[in-house]
Amino acid sequence: MGLPVRSFDAVIVGAGGAGLRAALQLSEAGLKVAVLSKVFPTRSHTVAAQGGISAALGNSQEDNWLWHMYDTVKGSDWLGDQDAIEYMCRMAPKVVIELEHFGMPFDRLDNGKIYQRPFGGHTQEFGARPVQRACAAADRTGHAMLHTLYQRNVRARTQFFVEWMALDLVRDADGDVVGVVALEMETGECMILQARATLLATGGAGRIFASSTNAFINTGDGLGMCARAGIPLEDMEFWQFHPTGVAGAGVLITEGVRGEGGYLLNSNGERFMERYAPTVKDLASRDVVSRAMAVEIYEGRGCGPNKDHVLLKLDHLGPEVINHRLPGIREIAIRFGGVDPIKDPIPVVPTCHYMMGGIPTNISGQVVAPHGTSPDEVVPGLWAMGECACVSVHGANRLGTNSLLDLVVFGKAAGDHAIEWLKANPVQKPLPANAADLSLSRLARLDGQKDGESVTDVGRDMRNIIQRHAGVFRTGEVLTEGVSKIREVAERVKRTAIKDTSKVFNTARVEALELDNLIEVAMSTLITAHTRTESRGAHARDDFPDRDDANWMKHSLYYSEDQRVEFKPVRLKPLTVDSIPPKARVY
Amino acid sequence: MRFSVYRYNPDVDAKPYMQEYDIPLEPTDKMLLDALIRLKSHDDTLAFRRSCREGVCGSDAMNINGRNGLACITTVAELGGHVTLRPIPGLPVIRDLIVDMTQFFRAYHSVKPYVINNDPAPETERLQSPEDRLELDGLYECILCACCSTSCPSFWWNPDKFLGPAALLQSYRFIADSRDQATNERLDDLEDPYKLFRCHSIMNCVDVCPKGLNPTRAIGKIKDIMIKRMV
Repeated sequence: MGLPVRSFDAVIVGAGGAGLRAALQLSEAGLKVAVLSKVFPTRSHTVAAQGGISAALGNSQEDNWLWHMYDTVKGSDWLGDQDAIEYMCRMAPKVVIELEHFGMPFDRLDNGKIYQRPFGGHTQEFGARPVQRACAAADRTGHAMLHTLYQRNVRARTQFFVEWMALDLVRDADGDVVGVVALEMETGECMILQARATLLATGGAGRIFASSTNAFINTGDGLGMCARAGIPLEDMEFWQFHPTGVAGAGVLITEGVRGEGGYLLNSNGERFMERYAPTVKDLASRDVVSRAMAVEIYEGRGCGPNKDHVLLKLDHLGPEVINHRLPGIREIAIRFGGVDPIKDPIPVVPTCHYMMGGIPTNISGQVVAPHGTSPDEVVPGLWAMGECACVSVHGANRLGTNSLLDLVVFGKAAGDHAIEWLKANPVQKPLPANAADLSLSRLARLDGQKDGESVTDVGRDMRNIIQRHAGVFRTGEVLTEGVSKIREVAERVKRTAIKDTSKVFNTARVEALELDNLIEVAMSTLITAHTRTESRGAHARDDFPDRDDANWMKHSLYYSEDQRVEFKPVRLKPLTVDSIPPKARVY
Repeated sequence: MRFSVYRYNPDVDAKPYMQEYDIPLEPTDKMLLDALIRLKSHDDTLAFRRSCREGVCGSDAMNINGRNGLACITTVAELGGHVTLRPIPGLPVIRDLIVDMTQFFRAYHSVKPYVINNDPAPETERLQSPEDRLELDGLYECILCACCSTSCPSFWWNPDKFLGPAALLQSYRFIADSRDQATNERLDDLEDPYKLFRCHSIMNCVDVCPKGLNPTRAIGKIKDIMIKRMV
């Protein structure tokens, strides 16, 4: 072994919204916490969330958490677990008010309450009409939230390990997680961080796609760590394509633009969403809007010389609304789209945005996996929350603004649950003798690789394959080909080589280690997408165009060790209210 | 594109040097960050920070042709075929374009960057009028990239004593928040010959801020409140 060891009550991997919210609970409870992050906490990708965080506060219009719950279940295309969805929607008002008390600079209504805007799929009275439910800080809600949570952790004196990358989980012979092995980027040294509670909050993995709104750091590190430790990944075939990424650049344009009254146009100048979603039009769920855009482009009604995008029109909102409510969007459109939205529409295309799947958990954030007769046996000592987790509140398609909500609701729930668990389990289990072997062998392989391929080349091929074979529309043929191609890339990932031999801030080494995680995510995505022979939410198959509840209302579980796919039932029973039965999804 | 890049690796280099590169770019390499990633695909030993690539995370601050900015929102077109890149000045260099930001964050943490309100928390949100909320615009949007503080001569001379424009902008962000009750305590903490008063309104900070914020004005407002408090 030979690595230095430090011991904590809890180790949290990731310092975005979920990690920081959990850290706050644990720190304020007086526990010894280490929060690891590849980047300074305020650089985490939560910072890029724009439009809002949903909660049925009813500040502008009558609202009810039951309507929020209905919208979320419907948005999930009945793949979301209704116990988790009830919990999240019930808790929403409380956690948003808490953020305000923490100092988050929400926009305000004239009466001093939090400003709320309409968003895709948010409705009153079970789908009757749009409702203003997205609590917003201009179009910088994620920035406002992440900085506020970091600031609150400064107050709580949380201990951060900044620019540390967790490499692998440490599991003992019983299967309990007893900490992580991590790499300090500045020195290149590894350490074992031993903990009675290990919480993963490593965010998304959108960097498996060539075109993504995600940051470079979104490489699925927690998923890779779990996959290598024998823990399955859930619902990995479900990736959200956000309707409005800036064409060519991939940078996100918030749905809040459409919430404020913007809409999409095809090359005929037609507001085409009226045909696809007559009731809520441009504010339908993201999967519905993205598919409609793809159809318009496919049928030759795309815009521009290559007819490869559509236009997002918002100039009719006027300079005042744009400058006050959407200032960041204007900045992005000018810089990345080359247009000033006060005058001209923004060229947009559906762009990979969010991973609905992830590490399977229960509503306390505990990681669960099938064992014996139980589909949800707890992995002792391990929690996951936020985008890296699949609890599952988003099912087959996430509603806009439910991601920020997911982070704080389940970040807090996992923190609270870990506190109780730590009280009940006061004794630190010993580290196994082989605790660091997996990480050290990965590093030794990389450092000693001769005649290997560059991380850039292998990574580019992986991203292009996922982009081509796991996009907005999928077919059996395209997926079969994709599976065999990604298997070839997975073999090449085992032979990557880097030229940088330095210990100090070796970013080439970090990128190679990230690719180990990305390939786990990429493999699970293509294999589960190939397996699921139906269309549901964001997973749309030309060869199986309908939802098939009889055979497929179930979660997939992908096991990396033998690339097998198992299934577990969707939890249709909420905690206290009646189940929302499946029906056709019309907007 | 021609690059002159500051290189320093403490493992092997006795002292820093400038390395020249001539790298063909692709049409998709629109921003300086794209160009740097292209460069890194030729030489993976070049170290720099980056993440969101859209100007909100604050990772890729660097000195670009003598001026601090973010690589991800600086267009290649505006650089005219040749660029000189150095780390943001005034902070210790760890490697290449990566600096040690400990001093910068220490200053930020020292201003108690959180709302202090000792009233019992109400059941609902603390009310704030749109006008009071407007006071926070131009303040809360800071991304802590350090372009401002590391372009400030006062911060270069006294990084351990003068808080610098970024930290002071955040200090004023909480002074200006109608929900915060600690204005006096915050002002007391700034009563010192260096922390605040080393700002000589040189305004380099305003000039370089990639988010268009104005730390000098915020610092001026803190000074005004202090003077009003004295008389």
